[in-house]
Amino acid sequence: MAREPVLTFTDRGIHCPAGDFYIDPWRPVDRAIVTHAHSDHARSGMGHYLATPRSLAAMRHRLGPITAQALEFGVPLRIGGATVSLHPAGHVPGSAQVRVEVAGEVWVVSGDYKIAPDGLSEPFEPVRCDAFISECTFGLPVFRWRPEAEIRAEVNRWWAGNAADGRASVLGAYSLGKAQRLLAGLDPGIGPILTHGAVEEMTAILRLQGLMLPETIRVVPGVDAKSHPGALVLAPPAALGTPWARRFGPASEGFASGWMRLRGIRRRRSVDRGFVISDHADWDGLNTAIRETGASRVFVTHGYTTVFRRWLADQGYDAGIVATDWQGDEAEAAAEVTE
Amino acid sequence: MKRFAALFAALDTTTRTSEKTAALAAYFREAPDQDRLWTIALLSGRRPKRAVNATRLAEWAAEVAGLPGWLFEESYAVTGDLAETIALILPPPALPEAATLTDWITRIRGLAALPEPERREAVLEAWTALEGTERFLFNKLITGGFRMGVAQGLMTRALAQATGIAEPDIALRLMGDWTPDTTTFAALVLTNDPGANLARPYPFCLAHALEQEPEALGPPEDWAADWKWDGIRGQAVLRGGRFTLWSRGEELVTDRFPELTELADRLPNGTVIDGEILAFSAEGDGAPLPFAALQKRIGRKTVSKKLLADTPVILMAYDLLEDEGRDIRAEPLAARQAALRRLAKNVPASAPFRLSPPLPFANWPALAALRADAAAAGAEGVMIKRLASPYHVGRKRGDWWKWKLDPMTFDAVMVYAQAGHGRRANLYTDFTFALWQGEELVPVTKAYSGLTDAEFGEITAWVRKNTLERFGPVRRVTPALVFEIAFEGIQESPRHKSGIALRFPRMLRWRRDKPAAEADTLETARDLLNARR
Repeated sequence: MAREPVLTFTDRGIHCPAGDFYIDPWRPVDRAIVTHAHSDHARSGMGHYLATPRSLAAMRHRLGPITAQALEFGVPLRIGGATVSLHPAGHVPGSAQVRVEVAGEVWVVSGDYKIAPDGLSEPFEPVRCDAFISECTFGLPVFRWRPEAEIRAEVNRWWAGNAADGRASVLGAYSLGKAQRLLAGLDPGIGPILTHGAVEEMTAILRLQGLMLPETIRVVPGVDAKSHPGALVLAPPAALGTPWARRFGPASEGFASGWMRLRGIRRRRSVDRGFVISDHADWDGLNTAIRETGASRVFVTHGYTTVFRRWLADQGYDAGIVATDWQGDEAEAAAEVTE
Repeated sequence: MKRFAALFAALDTTTRTSEKTAALAAYFREAPDQDRLWTIALLSGRRPKRAVNATRLAEWAAEVAGLPGWLFEESYAVTGDLAETIALILPPPALPEAATLTDWITRIRGLAALPEPERREAVLEAWTALEGTERFLFNKLITGGFRMGVAQGLMTRALAQATGIAEPDIALRLMGDWTPDTTTFAALVLTNDPGANLARPYPFCLAHALEQEPEALGPPEDWAADWKWDGIRGQAVLRGGRFTLWSRGEELVTDRFPELTELADRLPNGTVIDGEILAFSAEGDGAPLPFAALQKRIGRKTVSKKLLADTPVILMAYDLLEDEGRDIRAEPLAARQAALRRLAKNVPASAPFRLSPPLPFANWPALAALRADAAAAGAEGVMIKRLASPYHVGRKRGDWWKWKLDPMTFDAVMVYAQAGHGRRANLYTDFTFALWQGEELVPVTKAYSGLTDAEFGEITAWVRKNTLERFGPVRRVTPALVFEIAFEGIQESPRHKSGIALRFPRMLRWRRDKPAAEADTLETARDLLNARR
């Protein structure tokens, strides 16, 4: 009789029969291991959660009271017949890959990840495995990112230019991860940094988790372009173009996303400035990550799965597609236009 | 090329007209003369001919990037733009160069004459020399697909700001049959020489669509109306014994409609007439032929005798811009039309020339009634023009209105969806619609436009969840969503399974209230076909 696979794919999420737990399930289960606190991965209604301390801090903020256990990176934990450990995924602070070992066979679920260090998240750690379940949000060769230092300089140049023209700079970025990553790269010498409430709250939580970030001022009545000339405002993308953003007067609007690599999408968003900044791996990043796992079996999920699977099969991998409810940036991009 | 790429990026990243104008004006102040001239040429559609076959180009790029052809094609399907796909997948430039726009255009124009292996070498060399936006622009230029989101009027304004010359003067100087090879920046833009080009037309005055009720225009006696003809807008210029005919795209079309050259003998020198080039049957009192007939003439640079006999054209005149060599555009419409009528008296009835007849109306309901009969007159609707208005440059709101017939519509079911291109990449925006024939849904038309980005976003999410089958980029979806489809015309088409083809189909609205079973039948559409005859 064939051995049962280490992980199986069910309509609730990825399941480990040996340990009877799920990884990032999208329907209520008793025991969930969560890769990171973004809402498509960390959902409410689980009996028990396991995640890194940083992820848990953000999840408690978003999900309210939950029963949970924190697990530090690299510490093995026995659950039933499986040994589980978490390893940095480099996606956002606290984000993890999940390594599951059953009877000497190792499978790794990547969660969302990126290879290049962003100066804030714990850097991605390649984990050797037999089977790798990888996201591929940007699994096309048109997606390539530039080094963090160049990106930071570009954002600061834009901010300084606007400040010199007497305009505020309103920068749209997701409140968990992208906002703090941008914040870490901002040059506070240019001007004050203002934050939308959603960004400020998440930033405060991550500061408590030990992240060193420049000083920010929460936008409340009275805090606007007049009280803080030349400010940079960090806000969730949904706040761009709303009455909330109008308090900053004639502002330049920027948006940070991997999708900004495509001219058509930049034009559709019709922001003044699109920064190509993503918390997901680019084409080279995906290929490097997969190579470094040494895995011969690869399952791809959310993103350009059909194309990326075929590419991996061409490279000699035993490659398959897993349908999940995780949406990654593809959903973000669709949501962008419905805002 | 760096300066031009920076200009392109600046224009591409802002949606504000004032910022676009400022960026262009700054460029026109600073760029070298020859680059300025080429920029004007490119922005007015005078781009170099395609120098390289697109398929070859894709192959070369995939090869340089080390990607299989299928993966290149998949990437192309997502970006929706060949030039961009190539620019994105290639490795960063190894040997950046600092050549000017004109240098690059000169190289590009030399490409076509090279044998293919050398052309390939030259293109590969360019790719290693150019970065990001420059590479994208180079690709656009060699594939003949260069477009920049700048209206002619915006460029004119920017040039006026940069040179201090009045906008209408600039507009006039940029008209006509010039290329960067035949002129210089100084001769084209800075020199005021009215005799320089006798063939030069005037910028066309364009109408806005009337979106409110005509009552909003005020007293009917201030307005004139005539039919909105369904032909090609044209300007006939007769100066110095030479006749030239221009289309609205500022294209010289004299040779395509040789029968109109006869007008040189029928009208005095120093005449410029604005009108419609119409396919026209001379039988009886004469009547316009459907636009489909004129389509046979469009695009033919040489015209056979048979085509001339089967599909003759006339100039349906409605405005006079130059009278006895005098520019009368500033005079009121009423005066210009009186002068036009006076000229027309000397044109024999046999000539390919008609006056667009005025449509007298005592009140707005009377005009509405006339408009309802437009189809019977072979027109698309009516034009409403203020009697006191001058002949404006470009699309100026308030004096000229087009009031088209309401489109025909039916409710159809979405059966296929395909992701869009360009700014709609990764959204499902291209749909195929079907009508009922018994129990079967028969595809009748495709449509791409008419919905908001928010609606496209919602439909995109729906398509992902309701895909029944995939054929490459096309998804067959559950037949559930119903849309009201509007179109301007309908005709028989043996090439389509449905037997009909629509003109300008678009989505008028999403009928969320209607289940698929209540969509219209093919028979309803065929009834429209018969009704329009």
